[in-house]
Amino acid sequence: MKRKILALVMVLAFALGMTACGSGSGGTLVMATNAAFPPYEYVDGDDYAGIDVEMAQAIADKLGMELEIQDIDFNSIITSVESGKADVGIAGMTKTEEREKNVNFSEPYATAVQVIIVKEGSEIKGPKDLGKAMIGVQESTTGHIYCEGDYGADHVTAYTTGANAIEALKKGKVDAVVIDNEPAKEFVKANEGLKILDTEYVEEQYAIAIAKDNEELLDKVNTALQEMKEDGSLQAIIDKYIKAE
Amino acid sequence: MQELWSRLQDSFDQAFIVDDRWMLYVKGFTVTVRVAFFALILGICIGIIIAVIRTAHDSQRKSAHGAGHVLLNIGDKFCRFYLTVIRGTPMMVQLLIMYFIVFASSRNAIVTATLAFGINSGAYVAEIVRSGIQSVDSGQMEAGRSLGLNYRQTMTKIIIPQAIRNILPALGNEMITLLKDTSLVTVIGLKDITKTALNIQGITYQAFMPLVSVACVYLLCVLLLSKLLERLERRMRASDRR
Repeated sequence: MKRKILALVMVLAFALGMTACGSGSGGTLVMATNAAFPPYEYVDGDDYAGIDVEMAQAIADKLGMELEIQDIDFNSIITSVESGKADVGIAGMTKTEEREKNVNFSEPYATAVQVIIVKEGSEIKGPKDLGKAMIGVQESTTGHIYCEGDYGADHVTAYTTGANAIEALKKGKVDAVVIDNEPAKEFVKANEGLKILDTEYVEEQYAIAIAKDNEELLDKVNTALQEMKEDGSLQAIIDKYIKAE
Repeated sequence: MQELWSRLQDSFDQAFIVDDRWMLYVKGFTVTVRVAFFALILGICIGIIIAVIRTAHDSQRKSAHGAGHVLLNIGDKFCRFYLTVIRGTPMMVQLLIMYFIVFASSRNAIVTATLAFGINSGAYVAEIVRSGIQSVDSGQMEAGRSLGLNYRQTMTKIIIPQAIRNILPALGNEMITLLKDTSLVTVIGLKDITKTALNIQGITYQAFMPLVSVACVYLLCVLLLSKLLERLERRMRASDRR
């Protein structure tokens, strides 16, 4: 009997603990991101920097909230947002129809293109040459989804980070890497012997992900974004990190 | 209630039915099984060899000398080094090193992963087997030798069979761990069943269905494995007087 009571108490304590975790955040805006995606988000010293980070800070300021950043696995960002551990997911995420069934997206805040990185002197000259090649991508990015759709899963190897995909390209494990344009530039800058092909692969738009049941926050974020677009402060943040060519 | 049900149905559709996604899970599952199975065999082979070298080294007479003795010493040193390195570093790091450095020029990720897991598992199996050999009473060796069997005959006919019976539970543990650890291959881009779930999560942005289903698949595999081991244990105990 004693043991049963003890078990019951444990179960209750556990249940209480679970509900305590589920309570929403008051004055803080929790942003989930994967800080390995320069120039949108990356670790700078012991702080986070990048377009998404500054934009989130500006939105939090407008809403009168503190910004808190959670740096987690790209795949876990949406799960955090859905479960309420984070309020917004900002990680250069692309709106797609399938994704919209499970999460709300704000108005787009940036346009990006998927590009192809190859080694210098590679025979791959454009998207049409990718059919025979092995393509490296970052797991669950749209580059990954598009490549699997266009060339089949057997032609695609997905790595947990873009950096690992680039490493695989350098070692010759893949023939090309398809990734978003801005991180691609950073990777090519940091690694000798790689180049970005001039022909773009796909154009897409980044948006902020917010939980389905949090319409209120979605409205607030959209209003803030709209204001930032109108007064040019959003463009200013983007220009700060991406130099016009 | 109705709403919850229809939501579940939607997410089920998205996770399995759309674009015939269930095929991807099946494909991923075969990769998981292939890596786990061959790594297991490799691990057991490595483990037994190392355990035998280590016990042979430990049980030689103090006055032993000659070429065999020197060889055994070198073998023992090497085995100790291998055990220290493999048991002292995380599996994921070993996997990344194997993929990006040791087999840098190979494109066959399955073979790389199998080797990495086999080599890792071998270190643990070696210690399990060694503990099994030591658990057999030294009187058994003495009895075998005094009946005219040589060292190798006593080992293979008397000691090892008893040792295997003793280590089955621990070996089963190692098998289960190995099967579940194979989910780490996601870091080298191998499409096992965990990777499949993560990919589908990335496409649909819903985590529940893919992850829970994959968890169930692992659970079923482990259940099956422990059932098989239980049977084997029961058969090996048939001759016991307890």
